[in-house]
Parts: sequence; structure tokens; C-alpha cells
Amino acid sequence: MGDAVIRGMFGAMGLCIAATQALAADPLEIGIGYLRHAGVKSTLSLVEQPADNNGTAGALLAIEDNNTTGKFLNQHFTLSEVRLRGSDDVVAAASKLADQDSFIIADLPADELLKVADSLRDRGTVLFDASSIDDRLREQDCRANVIHVAPTRSMLADALAQYLAWKQWKRWLLVVGSHDNDKLYADALRRAASRFGAKIEQERTFEDTGGARRTDSGVTLIQRQMPVFTQEAPAYDVLVAADESEVFGSYLPYRTWDPRPVAGSAGLVPTSWDASHDQWGAIQIQNRFVKLNSRHMTALDMQAWTATRMIGEAISRTNSGDPKTVFGFIKGKEFSVAAFKGQRLTLRDWNLQLRQPILLADGRMVVSVSPQEGFLHQVSELDTLGVDRPETKCKLQ
Amino acid sequence: MRSCGLLSLSALWLAAASPAWAYVAYVSNEKGNTVSVIDTEKWAVTATIKVGQRPRGIEFTRDGKFVMVAVGDDDTIQMIDTKTQQVVDTLPSGPDPELFTQDAAGKILYVANENDNTVTIIDVQKRARLGDIQVGVEPEGMTMSPDGKILINTSETTNMAHFIDTSTREIVANVLVDSRPRFAEFKHDGSELWVSSEIGGTVSIIDPVKHAVTGKVTFDIPGLRSEAIQAVGIGITKDDKTAFVALGPANRIAIVDAATHSVKKYLLVGQRVWHMAFTPDEKYLLVTNGVSNDVSVIDVAAQKVIKTIQVGELPWGVTISP
Repeated sequence: MGDAVIRGMFGAMGLCIAATQALAADPLEIGIGYLRHAGVKSTLSLVEQPADNNGTAGALLAIEDNNTTGKFLNQHFTLSEVRLRGSDDVVAAASKLADQDSFIIADLPADELLKVADSLRDRGTVLFDASSIDDRLREQDCRANVIHVAPTRSMLADALAQYLAWKQWKRWLLVVGSHDNDKLYADALRRAASRFGAKIEQERTFEDTGGARRTDSGVTLIQRQMPVFTQEAPAYDVLVAADESEVFGSYLPYRTWDPRPVAGSAGLVPTSWDASHDQWGAIQIQNRFVKLNSRHMTALDMQAWTATRMIGEAISRTNSGDPKTVFGFIKGKEFSVAAFKGQRLTLRDWNLQLRQPILLADGRMVVSVSPQEGFLHQVSELDTLGVDRPETKCKLQ
Repeated sequence: MRSCGLLSLSALWLAAASPAWAYVAYVSNEKGNTVSVIDTEKWAVTATIKVGQRPRGIEFTRDGKFVMVAVGDDDTIQMIDTKTQQVVDTLPSGPDPELFTQDAAGKILYVANENDNTVTIIDVQKRARLGDIQVGVEPEGMTMSPDGKILINTSETTNMAHFIDTSTREIVANVLVDSRPRFAEFKHDGSELWVSSEIGGTVSIIDPVKHAVTGKVTFDIPGLRSEAIQAVGIGITKDDKTAFVALGPANRIAIVDAATHSVKKYLLVGQRVWHMAFTPDEKYLLVTNGVSNDVSVIDVAAQKVIKTIQVGELPWGVTISP
């Protein structure tokens, strides 16, 4: 006990804060809420099937990391997870969570996140968007109480397009799924192609006619379907797939009519994190994560880790649990967070989107990291990814 | 036979009589799993020693007989016999050792183990582990106060410099610094502790008595985005007047007035410059360039890069014979 007090005291002195305050004080308790749906989506590849604790496992690791730091600063962090089921009302659940926690990490679809943001608007709760990649949440539908830790579709698409431009694979065959989010991804890819000098030679739509993702004679059929679907294409360098719905993307590599690489939703995939990423100290967080969870760390785990660390970082710097103070610090010029990406991550002040390098991974290795060399920007090269300040439709309020 | 023996004897004598400023530098090559040996008279690699996996932190023992190198992926510290230039022994560090420091007598080694938030204490002569100290997340930088009373460890994700009393082995203070603190160095008079922050891109100047950040060295290189400026290794001259700071992917060494904490000059070196070591006469400073696979030699008085030496894959640490 005496030991903890001494540590807390000296930690506070390091912060240049009156040492008297920390004397024999109870730790500063910080509750972080985590709002998500129960259940996980089904993927084409069995190895990519998310675990039940996808996302929360990352947040919990960051809680441990925050608490290791917190024991020196007399701060203590906890996570309360709420899983929505069936007919649960997301607004009611968020409101209840906001009664106890001033910071809520949201793993919610865009429409639900907007409802929650608007319902909590006057309560001072700070929301962290850990999973939604919809550009509209940072553009016409942006909200002043939501920080976006997940990258946007346009950031992901630009990261991929920069690499394909660097490779001089400029002729694309774009294959788009038939669901709305597939079409949004295709929009981002079209935008990226025109920004970075690629040409979409042809577009094809892959209709989702239903059908199971797991079957007992799957490969036999797929091996015949995919070449037929991709035959008679104009000359192209790379097939770019927009299939967020997990209907066909992973079936394309090695099965195209012409021998061409696949990128986008399968093959070379732009992502905020990959289990194979090991540089810039990343091996350390990968090791910590695997030790804690006996599984690999996903992009959602990393996004939730980063959100939780952003809160921890701001609280260790401000020595305050007051959401207004903490939110102000995160939005300020001094704030940055280290997230094993080789450079500091900061917020775009016009829409509260976290700037971040994007990994390009093939499922086994990180092939490259964007922004690519030579794509320059007057403020931050990270702003060559996604919608930049001059183009934004966001008016924060 | 006889003449042959005489010949080699005289060769030995000649080598021993070489000028006093000829030193030997050992460079750890993180990817190559090797240590490159550089003769500072010829400025050439004279040997390449195979070591364990992922060698990073590297330092001579005080008596100059061994070079200790942390091989993180083998969870140990290897000892290279400087006579035979071979690995002859290991020290029992914790998992993933990276940087370490030793006491003035060279008897006790303190090792930062990145993987389990501890600093391990090792008796060098007995090759025995004496204990562990719990610190912040991802311990990295290690240094000792000139009077030997305080050990400093920096933790990269906790963003702190931990002050550890070497007699009680207890943490007595924690000072927050900018993101990802990687390296710590005291002024020789003990008046200031310098801590580099890789992601923050600054060097914090800490008052070791008040345990407070009293100043900051910031870097601004025209034409270079600020995210690329990542402070890593630090070297301070014995007179405490000049400091050299490696700036990682900015590919530069900053020369800092150690009294005013302002940058005087930037020297262009190789890609992703990591760590550095002075020759004992302080005429030269060797810096490792992680991505360009070479070592730059800086003439300290002239403040100029005079030579580049190709070494192994991804050079990281460097130490020079006492």
C-alpha cells in the first residue's frame, strides 16, 4: 500500500501536478463502455472466421496496458461490454452504458452509431467508432461526439491504389458484389483509381444468389465457376474485388481465367492490422495479445486496442477522468498515439478521423504499407489516404 | 619453422604497436544475426561473427574482454570473446532482451526485457540472475546515473522513464515523456537525464532530483514531414557540451548544444539511423543506419560525416573497445 502511494506521488510530480493531491488518494477510476452486437458474421475462409471476443479482446489488452501505466499514476481502468441481442434497443443500451461510463467504444453499423451519437449528444459522452468504415460518418453525417478509429473505405481503397500504381498495375478489372456495402467499396475504389492514375478496364457484378458458405464439395464447383465468371475480360493487370459481404472475393485468387493477381477484398487486402505485422515494435503487442487470448489479433482487435489506448494516453497526460478535458486533449494539437505503425497517429481535426498508415496483407505476410513513397502532401503524407480537408463535406457540430 | 615463428611474432608486435587511436567497433545486425567487427584505423570490417537471433543491444564488458549482445529472439544475452571473436557464453536474461546497462564495476547488468514488462538483474561473473523489477509496458531504454545510485528504464507503451534505486531495486519515481521512449542518457555530471521519444519525435530533458521534465529538444528539418523525425539514440560528449541525437527515418543526426538544448546542425547519414558510440578519444562517432545496411563515421570536432562502412543486414547497435 505504502509503495503504491509513493509511486503514485512521484508519477504525479512527473506530470508537474501538485504532489499533495495524490497523497493517499484512491485511484482515479475510469470506466470504458464497449457496445456491440452478439454473434459474428460468417466468412468465406474458415481461418478468417472472427472469434466471439473479436474487438473486445483488443480493448481488454489495452485496459491491461493502461493499468500497467496506471499503477504508476494511481489510475485504474475497467471495461464494461454490452452485447446487443435480437430486439435489444441500441439507444436504450447506449444510454444505460453512458450512465456509468463517459467513454464508449462502439462496434456498430453506421445507422446505429448515428442514432447513439445523436441520443448521447447532450450528455458529454465521447464515442469511439471502432468498426464502421463508412465515409459518410466522416463526411455529410459526421458528428462532433464521435472519434473514428477505424479507417474509412476511401483510406483503404487509396492505400491499395497507391501500391498498385507503384507496381504499375494500372489496368484493373473491377468485380463488385451486389450488396450495398460492396457498392460503397466499389465507389471508393473507382475514386482511388482516378486519383492515382489507374484505369478500370471493365466492371462486373457478382450477384449474390444465396447459398451456403460451407459445403461438402465446395472446391469442385468454385474451381469451375470462377474461370467462367472472369473469362473474356479486356486486357488487365490486376483483378480488384469489392466484396465486403463475403460472397465471392476469396474464391478468386488462382481461379481467374487469365493468370492475374487479385486485390481488394481478397488476395492483397488493405487493412488497419494483420496478424503477420511485426515491424515497428508490433511483435511485442502481437506476443502480448496471443499470450492473453490464444489466437491472432485482428483489425477490429487493433482498432479497439487503439481506441482504449487513446483514452488511456489522454488520461495519463491530463491526469483527469473528466470527459470534456480528455476529449479536448485528444482533439488538441498535442495529442498523438503510438500504435506500432512506424509513426505517430493523430486526429484529422475537421472530422475526428484517426490518421493511420494502412497495411497491405496477403493473409500470410504484410506485403507493403501505404502511403507509398513519393505520394506527397503538404500537411501529412497520411492525408494522401482518404478524403482530405479541402474535399470534406463534414461540418462538425 | 623457426623463421616462420619469428615472423608471426614480429607481426604480432607490429599489430600491438599500432597507433593508440585504433579501436575496434562491434555492430549488431538485427536481421543478419551477425555482429560486424570494424577496425577504426582502417575503417573496414575485419570480421563478421555469427550470433543468435535478432541481435540488438550490444556493449563491451568493462574489462574489454567480452562483448555482450542481446539476442532477443533467443531470449538471452550472448558473450563474444574479443580474442577469439566467437560466442563463448550466455547470460540469463528474461524473454526478449533488447537494451541493457552495467554498473561502474561491470559486475551487475540490468536488462530490459520487452516481452514481460520487467528489468532483469544479472551477476555478470556468476552468469546468474539476481532478480527482476516490474516496470511499464515494453521496457526499452536503460542507463545508470553517474554515481551509480539510480537506474533508469524507459517503457515504450507506458511512455515513462522509471527511476529505480539500485540499492533497494525499487522504483522511486516515474516521469511521463513523449510517445515511445527508446533511449536514455545522463549528462556526465549527472545534472540532466535525456530521454528520446521515437513517436513523439522529441528528447525530454529531465531534472534527476526533481523528477520533472524541465525542457525538450525539438527537431525541425525543412522539407521533411514531422512524422519522419523519430528520436532514438543519444550520445553526449564527456564535457557535456554537445549531444548527438539519431533521428531514425529522418536519416539525420542532430547536433545539439547540450547547454541550451537547441539544435545546431543536422548531418545527413544513412537510412533509419538507430544508435551510436564514440571512440574513447571522442574523435569519432559511429552511427548505425538500419535500412541502408551501413555505419556512418562522424568526425566529432569537424562535425562532418567522413566515411560510410558497409556492414551486415539491418545494423542496430554499436559498441567500441574501451
